[in-house]
Amino acid sequence: MHAPYRLKRYRFFDIGQDHYYYDDMLTEEKVNHLVEQSYMPLCQTIKEMVQISNGKFRCALSINGMTLEMFQQFAPEMIDILRELAQTKSVEFVSTPYAYSFAAIRNENEFEDQLKMENQILQDLLGVKATTVWNTELLYSDDIAAHIYKLGYKAVMTEGAKHILSWKSPNYVYNAPTAPKLKVLLRNGNLSDELAFHFSDYKWYNYPIDAPKFADEILSLPEEEQVINIWLGAETFGLRQPANTGIFEFLKALPYFVFERNMLFATPQDVAKMPASAEVLVPDAITWAGESKGLSVYEGNDLQHEAIEKLYQVAERVRMCQDKRLRRDGLQLQDISHFHFMNHIDQADTNYESAYDAFINYMNVLSDFLLLVDEQYPTTIENEELNELLKTINNQEKEIAQLENELKKARSKKKKEE
Amino acid sequence: MKALMFGWEFPPHILGGLGTASYGLTRGMAGQPDMQITFVIPKPWGDEDQSFLRIIGANSVPIVWKDNDYNFVRERMQGKMTPEEYYHLRDGIHYDYRRIGTDALGCVQFSGRYPDNLIEEIGNYEAVASVLAHSLDFDIIHSHDWLTYPAGVFAKHISGKPLVIHVHATDFDRSRGNVNPTVYAIEKRGMDEADHIMCVSNLTRQTVIDKYGQNPAKVSTVHNAVEPLAHPEEFVKHPRKDKLVTFLGRITMQKGPEFFVEAAARVLAKTKGVRFVMAGSGDKMQEMIDLAAKRGIADRFHFPGFMRGKQVQEMLAESDVYIMPSVSEPFGISPLEAMQVGCPSIISHQSGCAEILTHAIKTDYWDIDAMADAIYAIVKYPAMYKSLSELGREEVNNIKWYDAGLKVRAIYDKVLHR
Repeated sequence: MHAPYRLKRYRFFDIGQDHYYYDDMLTEEKVNHLVEQSYMPLCQTIKEMVQISNGKFRCALSINGMTLEMFQQFAPEMIDILRELAQTKSVEFVSTPYAYSFAAIRNENEFEDQLKMENQILQDLLGVKATTVWNTELLYSDDIAAHIYKLGYKAVMTEGAKHILSWKSPNYVYNAPTAPKLKVLLRNGNLSDELAFHFSDYKWYNYPIDAPKFADEILSLPEEEQVINIWLGAETFGLRQPANTGIFEFLKALPYFVFERNMLFATPQDVAKMPASAEVLVPDAITWAGESKGLSVYEGNDLQHEAIEKLYQVAERVRMCQDKRLRRDGLQLQDISHFHFMNHIDQADTNYESAYDAFINYMNVLSDFLLLVDEQYPTTIENEELNELLKTINNQEKEIAQLENELKKARSKKKKEE
Repeated sequence: MKALMFGWEFPPHILGGLGTASYGLTRGMAGQPDMQITFVIPKPWGDEDQSFLRIIGANSVPIVWKDNDYNFVRERMQGKMTPEEYYHLRDGIHYDYRRIGTDALGCVQFSGRYPDNLIEEIGNYEAVASVLAHSLDFDIIHSHDWLTYPAGVFAKHISGKPLVIHVHATDFDRSRGNVNPTVYAIEKRGMDEADHIMCVSNLTRQTVIDKYGQNPAKVSTVHNAVEPLAHPEEFVKHPRKDKLVTFLGRITMQKGPEFFVEAAARVLAKTKGVRFVMAGSGDKMQEMIDLAAKRGIADRFHFPGFMRGKQVQEMLAESDVYIMPSVSEPFGISPLEAMQVGCPSIISHQSGCAEILTHAIKTDYWDIDAMADAIYAIVKYPAMYKSLSELGREEVNNIKWYDAGLKVRAIYDKVLHR
C-alpha cells in the first residue's frame, strides 16, 4: 500500500516565498479513495480469510511509513484493522523505505535511516518487528542485498525479472552472492500479473479466472518448485480490478481450493526459513516496473534524471539537518511517485496534465527546498569538506562505540579476575 | 481518382497558414499513385511547384466568350496556358457573365489576396468554377476554406459530383465570437451543401457542429502536418548570454499577444537574463508596445517586425522558447515549425495542434501564471529544454502529410461509396 503526499500548484514566483508544498485536500481525497475502494475492503477480506481458515491463510503487507502516517491522519480506522491483522500472527508486515524512495541506490545512509524509521513506526503502531524488506517498487541489486543483510534482515523481496533468471524459475528460494545468508524471494510475474492486469480482461486467454482454475495453475507447476510468490499492488483489489469484477470473492474462495490441492500459504518470513537452492546474480538494479523491469519508468528520461540528481545532491546535508521540517520535506520529496509522474508514457495516478507539468511543479518546489537547505548549510562549504566532517562525526560514533565495548570487556575481565 | 480543388493561396506566395496547409496536403496526397489533383487558385505567380499537381489560375479561365484567334491567345497567355486549353475551357462557358468586367480574353482579374472587395472576388471565383465544372473531368470537388465554398457548391450543382470542404478556420476563430454575418452565411451554406466536412482539429470540428449546426456524422478531423525541412542542419542556435522567448505571428486579437506580454512581465519580475521577442505585425502592435512600456519591461521586450521565409526558421532556431498563446487557433502550424528546428514550444489549449502534440507545454491562453511558469522552467531547468527540444523534434518529424493525405483519401472513398 502506498500513497504519496501530493504537491500543490507551486509557481516559480513562490520560490523563496512559500515553504509549504502540499495539497492536503487532494492528498486526503486520494487516500480516502484508496482506503474506501481498496485498502479497507482488502483488509476486511484478509481478516475474514484468516479467521475462517483458523490462521492457515497467511500473507504479508508492505506499507511505507508515510502512508501509515496518512492513515493515522485521514483514515485512522485503517490503523485499527491493521493492528487486528498483526495480532492474528498470520499477516506479516515487511519493511519498506519510510518515504517510498529510491534511496537504496542513491544514498546508503538515507536508505538505512528510512528502514529504521519504518521499523520504528511498525513497532509503535502495530507492535510488529519486520525481518523482511520490500524495497520501493521491489528495487534490488547485489549491492542492496549486501546492505540489507548488514542491517540484520533475513529476507528481501524482488522481481523475478526474466533477464536475471534466464532459464531459471522464480519459484525457488535464492540467495545473493554478496550476502549468502540473505534469502532472496522472487515474484512470479506471470501469475501475479494475471490477477493484477487480466482478472477482468475478457480478451485474456484464461478468462474468466476463478479460484479453482488459479489454484490448478499453481498446482500444475513442477513438483520441485515450492515457492510461488504472488505479490500485487494493493490497489489491484477494488481499484484496478473493481469490486464488481468479483475480485474479493475470488480472494475469499481461494484458500479452500488451495488447501483442497494440498498446498499452503506462507509469509516471506516462513519462506526465509527454507534453505536457498541457488544464487541469483543481479549486478544492475531491477524493479517490478514496465517491460524492462529496470529503473527506466522512474528515472529513464532527462526530466526524471535532473530532478533526482538535484534532490540527492543535498541528501547528506538534509540528513545532518536539525530542522525537523526540512528533514521531513526532504523525505516527502523523495517519494518515487513524483518521478513517476514525470514519465512521458506511463504516469500512473498522476494529478498533472503532463510529464512536463509534473516536472515544472516539482522543480519549483525543489528549488525552494534547496534554498532552505542552503540557508542551513551554505554551498560555500564544499560537499567534500562536508563529507569529511561527516565522516569524522560518523567515525567518532563508531570509535566511541568501539572504545565503550573495549571498556566493557576490560571491566568484565577485571570483575572476573576479582 | 481525380480531385478538383479550390484554394486561395499556394506557396511560395502566401499570406497565412492556408497556403502552407494546401501545399502540404496536396503534396502528401500526391504520394498516392492514382491521385490526380487540379488545384485552382485566383492568381498564380508562375513560380509555384507544379511537379505533383496541376495549377489553374482563375485569372486565366475565360468566363465571357470572346472570339480570339490562336496567335493572340498564345501571346496573351504568355505560357500560362496553351491556346488549346483556352479553347477547351471556353467551351465550358454556359452562363452570361458579361456583367463582370473581363479582359480581352474574357478572363477576370483577381488580387489573390484578402482585399476590401473580397466578397466580389469570391463571386467572380464562383463564376470561374462554373466554367471549370462544365469543362473539366473530375470525380470529387474539394474546397479549402470559406472563400472557395461558393465555388465548390456551384461546381457541385453543375457537375453532380460530391463536394467535400476543408475547414482551415471558421469566423468564430478570427473574430473571438463576433462573427461577420455575411461570412457566416457563406460558411454555413458551404457546410450545408457539402457531402463531407473535414476540419483541421477536433476543436474546429466541435465549432462546426455546435455553431453551424452540422450533423456530427458528416464532420471529420484531419489534423495538419508539417513539411520536413530540406536542410535542418543549416539552422543552428548560437550561444548567447540571454535566453530568448519568441512570439511569432500576426499581432492580432486572435493570437493573444497581450497574454504573452503579461507572462513576460511575471518572468522578468523574478529573473534576469531573459529577453522577449514579439515578431510580426498586426493591428494590436501599437497596443502591445504600449503595454510592454507600461509594465516597465520595454528594455527586455523587442518588436523586430514582420519576418518572412528563412528569417522565420532562423529566428525560431535561435530561440529558447516559442510561445503561441492563441485565443482560438483552428490548428496553428508554427509551433510545429519551431519544434522542427529544436525550439521548445508553449501553446494554448485553445490551439488545434495541442491535440496531437505531447512534447510541447500546453496552458490555457488566459493562464499567464502557468505560461510564465513554463517559460521559467524551460530557461532555468536544463532537462526541460533538452527534453522538449529533442523529443519535440522527433515527435514533429513523425507527423507526416502523407498520413493526413490518406485520411482525406478515405473520406473521398466514403463519399464516393468506393
